[in-house]
Amino acid sequence: MSARFALGETVRVRAAYPPGHVRTPFYVRGRTGIVDAVAGTYRNPEELAYGRGGELALPLYRVRFSGVELWADGAERATDSVVVDILEHWLEPAQGGIG
Amino acid sequence: MSEAHRHPNQPDVEDSPVTTYQVMARALEDLLIEKGVLTPDALRRQIEDADVRGPANGARLIARAWTDEDFESRLLRSVNQTAPELGIDAGTTPITAVKNTRAVHNVIVCTLCSCYPTMLLGSPPDWYKSGAYRSRVVRAPRAVLAEFGTEIGADVEVRVHDSSADLRYLVIPMRPEGTDGLDEEALAGLVTRDCMIGTALPIT
Repeated sequence: MSARFALGETVRVRAAYPPGHVRTPFYVRGRTGIVDAVAGTYRNPEELAYGRGGELALPLYRVRFSGVELWADGAERATDSVVVDILEHWLEPAQGGIG
Repeated sequence: MSEAHRHPNQPDVEDSPVTTYQVMARALEDLLIEKGVLTPDALRRQIEDADVRGPANGARLIARAWTDEDFESRLLRSVNQTAPELGIDAGTTPITAVKNTRAVHNVIVCTLCSCYPTMLLGSPPDWYKSGAYRSRVVRAPRAVLAEFGTEIGADVEVRVHDSSADLRYLVIPMRPEGTDGLDEEALAGLVTRDCMIGTALPIT
């Protein structure tokens, strides 16, 4: 499966809250970041955890979020960052950059 | 001795209740052995292999990276493919090296569980698995690092890497000043487990 997003592209994590073994941390859902790396394809752990195949390998991205995007005024420093591994089905294109 | 001065007995391991997950793990172990998928001997060997793994392998990779730029480039491209050059097995789970510079200081965490590059660093320390470290280091990394005695300059970006399920991280710390005369083995001695997690700096 070819990667939908490219290095440096701005993406938003879906603000979704499905039950189960979900590998996208709560604190990045609905947040906007930048693709830091396209890190290969992996079988979906959200399927594998239930004994389902997850045969369709999904592209995995390393997405970088700024401290201020994640924590607003609570960030220690606006320019510090967190890079999170996120599978493609959790990402959507972000219009209008980081907001 | 008065009642007020009595010390509590330290509990024995079997004094705390057995949890559901302990029962499940034990049942699974019994089943795998009964069905011939594993032997008790193979299981024992795996546990022994895990016990002997420690941060020395990671430290050797860092020391070589400090002394050989080409090696460092290869390590940054793929830790798993490069580690065997030093006779080190980094396993099959992809490990990404992240390099500290004057502009960026890297720290690793797994907020969802406790993913950790065990092949290169051994078993994670208890604090790495604690809820406090996992929840706080993404939100207030500088405060957490300060508790480890590590101060990062205001002009340096602190970049925290949150592993999910498929990737692991290894921090390449900056080589300390004044170590030009040291050989690779001496350099490896400066590289602690914590500085490869990013919560500390190499020994100076």
